[in-house]
Amino acid sequence: MKIHEYQAKALLQRFGVAVPRGFPCFTVGEAVAAGQQLGAGVCVVKAQIHAGGRGKGGGVKVVRTEAELEEAARRIMGMQLVTHQTGPQGQTVRRLLVEEGADIRQELYIGMVVDRTTQQVALMGSAAGGMDIEEVAAQHPEKIHAVQIDPGQGLLPAQAETLARQIEVPEPLVAQARDLMLGLYHAFVESDASLAEINPMAVTGDGRILALDAKFNFDDNAAFRHGEWQDWRDFDEEDPNEIAASRHGLSYISLEGNIGCLVNGAGLAMATMDIVKLYGGSPANFLDVGGGATTEKVTEAFKLMLANPEVQAILVNIFGGIMKCDVIAEGVVAAARQVHLTVPLVVRLEGTNVALGKRILAESGLPILSAANMDDAAAQVVAAARR
Amino acid sequence: MAILIDRNTRVLTQGITGKTGMFHTRLCREYAFGNECFVGGVTPGKGGQNFEGVPIFDSVAEARRETGANASVIYVPPPYAAAAIDEAVEAGIELVICITEGIPVRDMIQTRYRMRGKSTLLVGPNCPGVITPGQLKIGIMPGHIHQPGPIGVVSRSGTLTYEAVGQLRELGLGQSSCVGIGGDPVNGMKHLEVMQRFNDDPATEAVIMVGEIGGSDEEICARWIKEHMTKPVVGFIAGMTAPPGKRMGHAGAIISGGQGTAQEKLATMEECGIKITRNPAEMGRTLQALLRG
Repeated sequence: MKIHEYQAKALLQRFGVAVPRGFPCFTVGEAVAAGQQLGAGVCVVKAQIHAGGRGKGGGVKVVRTEAELEEAARRIMGMQLVTHQTGPQGQTVRRLLVEEGADIRQELYIGMVVDRTTQQVALMGSAAGGMDIEEVAAQHPEKIHAVQIDPGQGLLPAQAETLARQIEVPEPLVAQARDLMLGLYHAFVESDASLAEINPMAVTGDGRILALDAKFNFDDNAAFRHGEWQDWRDFDEEDPNEIAASRHGLSYISLEGNIGCLVNGAGLAMATMDIVKLYGGSPANFLDVGGGATTEKVTEAFKLMLANPEVQAILVNIFGGIMKCDVIAEGVVAAARQVHLTVPLVVRLEGTNVALGKRILAESGLPILSAANMDDAAAQVVAAARR
Repeated sequence: MAILIDRNTRVLTQGITGKTGMFHTRLCREYAFGNECFVGGVTPGKGGQNFEGVPIFDSVAEARRETGANASVIYVPPPYAAAAIDEAVEAGIELVICITEGIPVRDMIQTRYRMRGKSTLLVGPNCPGVITPGQLKIGIMPGHIHQPGPIGVVSRSGTLTYEAVGQLRELGLGQSSCVGIGGDPVNGMKHLEVMQRFNDDPATEAVIMVGEIGGSDEEICARWIKEHMTKPVVGFIAGMTAPPGKRMGHAGAIISGGQGTAQEKLATMEECGIKITRNPAEMGRTLQALLRG
């Protein structure tokens, strides 16, 4: 799960990390009021969307007067902000963060991730803050310093100080930077984060270390112990199809193509998309119905795929395993009837009672194309989508 | 011979009184020597009862003492599953197979940390389990698609593993053992540790290695294969068409920071002498062709 910058900053603040004073705003009027509350002086109006690259896309504006602030808020609120992470259609701005300006002397990078290879949390830092860190990593990997955190001991103050010096924090401010990193680590662990970034972490003219921007992603598996996430979740930032899918225990991701794919299991679902592509087609979605492919789940899955006007054909690929193929076939037939299927449907079933399953599909009276294996299924569905 | 499990393994089911635990313990007992191999179950507070004749104990330590079990399989719900792994490790169980899907990564980091220096092997979590065809099945895979033979299978996913096994069956190629290592970012055995065991196993003549986008476990295993593996390996990576930054179902299946793409993994695997296929329908045939040389 992702949250907004202002939410991430509020979280960090609870763990002692210094952030600029600021207020989240849902209207232009609120933005003006926030500016008044921050007092005279430079302010920053920042679009709040779940994507990076907001500055380049015109979603961040430094303002010096109330009139400028109002104008910026008016322009940014409601705009369709396009960044390298939103896709070409962009994302509508519905929330702003109005903050006091900072006298920035240095922009540094601090990030935290779960390192799969070492099976522990890693802290990363770079003196090259404020820019796209993936670009820095690709072009100047030597500019990124990493610290492995022992899960038993946590981040050691000495480790944080070393990293602060490596990323060129001025010596008198090393202790402040260390405390920020320790705060970040505790926030990361306590909140079950999967990724956290402070980019930039600013060194200011008045000798402070501030988190100027903040990003947090959480581990969805830990939702059961974080009731507060319900309040933080912003449904406007999520694909409505993906929200509907998660309500029914389906894992769904929209893609650009025209062949709907319905599969059981994440690995097989990815492999099915891959083979569609190999046969010259283009998958419209990733859709994993999970282990128990019930009629209800399959029906919801069909509805989701058919809600996409691009879909020209559907491929169902189920390796039944312990699920019996006749049960799955009945589910597919019932679902196809219920949604009044109008596009060609190719079904590949494997597992127990496969012959019975195929007979149910054949005798349903529905125009279902039965496939013998994955090659056959891909070839048939790609041909059907072209017709 | 086989790897990790055979008919002499003695297994406990942790979470035996839950719906999933009961269902799969029943199916596992019906498969080959499962009836002899499954010797007990654990559910706190239900010690002294039994499940279809399998005695239930309050703790893993007690169950191990009473039954001599050396392996356990976990179906405990996600909030308690990492603690169930800890309990099995503390009780000295040699092999722990955790089927549970949805364990928080933070819990697994702590559990893996506590396992340092211990001899317990962990398979999973979020995996289908391990099967040695004709001998013992520990997990949720369909037993009937497997048959004994010389091919080892190691994979991060469930149904895609069944797909590989199904293709082998069509070609009349049986399996020595099949290991589903699971789709989570922080887990127990990786491709590498399973591959090492297949290399040492006289009953295994060749291996199918199925990977996914995300992480670098496949690359690490590939480099080891280049230096040490004496048997042919066929590789497939799911997720050629997956867009970056999107989690493809499995928590571990995500391309982030430009790392972990299928293209990268396949290129490394090919460089290391693994016979790769980009077509998931060709895993079995690619292996057969390799064996015929």
